[in-house]
Amino acid sequence: MCRVSARCADTFLYALPVSEPLPMNRLLPRLLLTPAVATLLLWMLVPLVMSVYFSVIRYNLMQPEQTGFIGFENFEYFLTDPSFSVAVLNTIWLLGSVIVITVVMGAALALLIDEAFPGRAVVRLLLISPFFVMPTVNALLWKHMMMHPIYGALAQVWIFFGATPLEWLSDFPLGSIVIMVAWQWLPFATLIFMTALQSMNREQLEAARMDGATYLQQLRYLYIPHLGRSIAVVVMIEMIFLLSIFAEIFTTTGGGPGDASTNVAFLIFKQALLNFDAGVASAGALFAVLLANIAAAFLIRLVGRNLDT
Amino acid sequence: MAARSKYPPALILRTLIAWLLTLLLFFPLAWLILTAFKTELQAIAVPPLLWFTPTLDNFREVEERSDYLLYARNSLITSVVSTVIGLLIAAPAAYSMAFFKGRHTKNILMWMLSTKMMPAVGALVPIYVLAQQAGLLDTRTGLIIIFMLSNLPIMVWMLYSHFKDIPHEILEAARMDGANLWQEFYRVTLPLALGGLASTGLLCLVLSWNEAFWSLNLSSAKAGTLATLIASYSSPEGLFWAKLSAASLMAIAPIVVFGWFSQKQLVQGLTFGAVK
Repeated sequence: MCRVSARCADTFLYALPVSEPLPMNRLLPRLLLTPAVATLLLWMLVPLVMSVYFSVIRYNLMQPEQTGFIGFENFEYFLTDPSFSVAVLNTIWLLGSVIVITVVMGAALALLIDEAFPGRAVVRLLLISPFFVMPTVNALLWKHMMMHPIYGALAQVWIFFGATPLEWLSDFPLGSIVIMVAWQWLPFATLIFMTALQSMNREQLEAARMDGATYLQQLRYLYIPHLGRSIAVVVMIEMIFLLSIFAEIFTTTGGGPGDASTNVAFLIFKQALLNFDAGVASAGALFAVLLANIAAAFLIRLVGRNLDT
Repeated sequence: MAARSKYPPALILRTLIAWLLTLLLFFPLAWLILTAFKTELQAIAVPPLLWFTPTLDNFREVEERSDYLLYARNSLITSVVSTVIGLLIAAPAAYSMAFFKGRHTKNILMWMLSTKMMPAVGALVPIYVLAQQAGLLDTRTGLIIIFMLSNLPIMVWMLYSHFKDIPHEILEAARMDGANLWQEFYRVTLPLALGGLASTGLLCLVLSWNEAFWSLNLSSAKAGTLATLIASYSSPEGLFWAKLSAASLMAIAPIVVFGWFSQKQLVQGLTFGAVK
């Protein structure tokens, strides 16, 4: 297998002994490493320690006279807030739908444009463009020009087919956010899958075709197994970025109507900057960090396995 | 072998479907571009206008009414400076880990990656309080520091994977010839790594330019970036889509073109080298 042997060669190359560093050179590598390690350590620890502290005290910017240690009251408040369970469910829905849409459509698109056809280079450029659009532009573009119930392009399509245009943002707030985010992340998935497909074993494919394998069989036994690792990568990376979707919600629905499109990240934001309750927000933040760490544990293992050091 | 048609039906079908899907997915952006050149009345015409005399008035008005250039300058300064500082900190670290591998190198790399996974909202209150105490709210310096820190793990990782691919033999040779570590870095490694530095910088420019969480929360009228300028158009007062489109187009055009050129590096950077 080409993939296996390539990886072996890789490992072999890096396993070659690097000559012993000279004694005078032993200190310098550490000095070079220090600034990055130190800044990242501060970046990680200081907010974490502060969050832990804020989460166990009474800390509302609107009531500065109330202070003092209150134990787990902030946690209790955040976790028993009726908005909380809604926000957790919304976060999972948002994450799950976007991941399913982008992985399935991304793989299909990548397979479609894997082979040469007229204008393929232009198609590639057009396809990846939405990924570089900043989230606030993405959100307003969809809110105003696509989903507006009277003047939006989608409304025109509905009218063309004789249907009543939808009130996207008030009737399907979470679904609308899913569409915006999926539109932005589909190019990412497509791009990764395209890159992965380029390393397919062409001879093996050719052999399978000669032997009369149908396209479905090729998909089942060759393409999908080959894409396995990149699917895992796409799922994990999207988990990390989409757990804390913020700008799209902030600029379109503002979390509403009610809590219909509030996710955990937006709920924390509301507690901190709209209710001015830094204590409760910090308790929520620690919960978000916990969520992210569970996701991260998987990613670290995944990437770590592929890291040929 | 018998001469086959240059365009077999399968190819024609593939081409048609691919183009159809692509145009469908690109449609929102195409619409944005068209709308930017319409008048406000044309922008909300029902049925939508496809043929019209393009106007540049929107671009002029965006600048006059909302001070586009101020926000563009903020975006440019914050993304460029944070990228440069980030490179200055990340490059030595990546170099050290790629060429002087120790027992803990892998663990350090993994730990750096894990800091990128912290959700930004988890640090919102502490960072807000710290920025307030330090007088860095709504300043470019504040944004530069935050952008740099949140991109640092990606920078170290991308640079590390580039440096790792530089053959050690070249360095051996330089060392044998009596080059010290500085000369080794400056004369040998750096020229070889310029490509990696450039693509890392490119990716971080894109990420900082589009950053919306911190810029929305930590900046407003003074240090606001283009992302915050666009967000200010979300208020429902009146319909000014043509101007919104013009402003959006000016905000995304530079970085979309940038992105086209750096798509390959982007894949490697965003997947931390797990997909080649």
